[in-house]
Amino acid sequence: MDLVLLFVQGLNGLQFGVMLFLMAAGMTLVFGVMDLLNLAHGSLYMLGAYLAATLQVHTGSFPIALALAVPATVLIGMALEATLLCRLYDRDHLDHATMTFALILFFNELVRIIWGPQARFMGLPDQLSGHVEILPGVTYPVYRLLIIGVGLLVAGFLYWLIMRTRLGMLIRAGASNREMVNALGVNIKLLYTLLFGLGAALAGLAGMMAGPILSIEAGMGEPILILTLVVIVIGGIGSVRGAFLASLLVGVADTFGRVLLPPALASMVIYILMAAVLFWRPQGLFPSHG
Amino acid sequence: MHQRMVSLAAKGLSVSLFLLVCGVASAAEKVKVGYIATMSGPGASLGTDILDGFKMGLKHCGDKLGGAPVELIVGDDQFKPEVGVQVATRMIEKDKVDIITGIVFSNVMMAIARPVTDAGIFLVSANAGPSPLAGEGCLPNLFTVSWQNDQTHEAMGKYLQDKGIKGVYLMAPNYQAGKDGLEGFKRYFKGEIRAEVYTEPNQPDYAAELAQLRSANPEAVFVFYPGGMGVNFIKQYAQAGLKDKIPLYTTAFTVNEAVLPAMGDAALGIVNTSFWSPDIDNPANSKFVADFLSTHKRLPSPFAAQGYDAAMLIDSALLATGGQTGDKDRLRAAFRKADFQSVRGSFKFNRNQFPIQDFYIREVIKDQDHQLIGRITGVAFKDHSDAYCEKCPMKW
Repeated sequence: MDLVLLFVQGLNGLQFGVMLFLMAAGMTLVFGVMDLLNLAHGSLYMLGAYLAATLQVHTGSFPIALALAVPATVLIGMALEATLLCRLYDRDHLDHATMTFALILFFNELVRIIWGPQARFMGLPDQLSGHVEILPGVTYPVYRLLIIGVGLLVAGFLYWLIMRTRLGMLIRAGASNREMVNALGVNIKLLYTLLFGLGAALAGLAGMMAGPILSIEAGMGEPILILTLVVIVIGGIGSVRGAFLASLLVGVADTFGRVLLPPALASMVIYILMAAVLFWRPQGLFPSHG
Repeated sequence: MHQRMVSLAAKGLSVSLFLLVCGVASAAEKVKVGYIATMSGPGASLGTDILDGFKMGLKHCGDKLGGAPVELIVGDDQFKPEVGVQVATRMIEKDKVDIITGIVFSNVMMAIARPVTDAGIFLVSANAGPSPLAGEGCLPNLFTVSWQNDQTHEAMGKYLQDKGIKGVYLMAPNYQAGKDGLEGFKRYFKGEIRAEVYTEPNQPDYAAELAQLRSANPEAVFVFYPGGMGVNFIKQYAQAGLKDKIPLYTTAFTVNEAVLPAMGDAALGIVNTSFWSPDIDNPANSKFVADFLSTHKRLPSPFAAQGYDAAMLIDSALLATGGQTGDKDRLRAAFRKADFQSVRGSFKFNRNQFPIQDFYIREVIKDQDHQLIGRITGVAFKDHSDAYCEKCPMKW
């Protein structure tokens, strides 16, 4: 593999990692702070993609579709938390898994009823559908560069939110000791709803960013959900910093595994990585629990 | 007066069209047909498409098959062979079906073929055509109305061989159907295989593989990516700017009328092979395409055409027996005649009860309504039979 190809594959790995980060950041916060195992996180991703595609058809505008799809996904997520998921907090993880797995099946059939069994299309405006020359003679799709940019911006925003704001302080406190935050009289119910909304926003954003690249169809959330779980296990549950680094690690490892190794081994690379982390650092690379 | 004449003529025409595509027989007792396919989960769109086609066939036969009223029982195999067996057993023992049809995936077909046919029930595959059942394991009560799995890939191998392409880069998902597809392609393509890349099934993103492909810079690319994988691959191939540089060839499993709306212009101009296309010119096909479009507000795919032909085949067989299913030998003989007007044009069964049929070269174009659609540009095979029939011990 020559240097140019190495560089392009590095960018591909970064782009894939950034995509995973958008999913993993929300899920790790919900899992770490609220202690809620939400397998339906992938369904919010799918809804984000479907909503953006539908809004694009009706408004004819890519930016408007993006601007409306995220708040819509947040509303769905918050409604879900306030009506169903809030009943799970004092139950164990098996109940979480059962309930949220049921939600996966429910949402997959729901989109099939609303949008039909055929995959949907989401186009790109002309400015974003081309390529740019990143090195002499090497082009890269503009849209994939945009994904990298958006992902890094979101990472920066989350860093600011968690390290520099009062809400972030509560989130950090919640991640390291939930009972104590509760005992100190913080409105934990509101905090949870807001946090779940944030997770839904990130999942919806990931889904609609994926819309123009991927087939928008029922069940599109599951493959990425599994990778997301791998990322948060590697990164350490509840840690956004861990999720960021683990996402990039998984993205790059998966990309290079796919091009350098035979297919059977390539599909195992990230799971081997996860097993290794679990063996030497069972709490993940950057655990947030004290 | 003039208007009345026209309306009378139109009625006469529609009646004769009805006579042309469907049988009319004396009243018979009810026929029970079981339809088994993957109707939920990510693989559900094919099962739905085939069922829509099958129902369109039923409708064109006046909701009868061979003149007998029909009870259609739909079952979901959930893409799991063992569930398929359960559903089939329930249909045979509880619902007492006479015929089972549908079957999208080859692994489900492999699991249910023997239990169903051993029970004396006729199985009409509207999609899956795995090689073991075409060769040594051929079954007297199994009729496959679609194709043998390899045939469509063989057609593209033949086309690129005839075109004089020297080297091809191959890609497919790493599972049985992917490997079979590329094997079928290589059976007729004798040039250099630049690379044979297998990707993880249901892999959403192909950026890494596409970067490798670009640097290999082959003369042509052939891929097999069905369903959502195909949508992802075709879009990303165009977005990577490869479409104008390295010609991409595939089959109607990847590029067909069911997924073209989701691919958009990324699919425009892609050459693929198929046993059927909406533009095949015969009265049965014109009627099928027009009615499907007006009923479902979307173009029929080759899968819907398979479902339609399954209904027509069953209709023709039951017509010959007067709607009776009791005498198995008589019904089998009627099935073997395949005395129906297939939407694909010429159709007959080989000795292994898989089709002998033509395969076309198609190109994706935009029609006058700006819809993406396949258009035939040539013929890859005339009366093509599959590679496994010789091994089938069945005698007619």
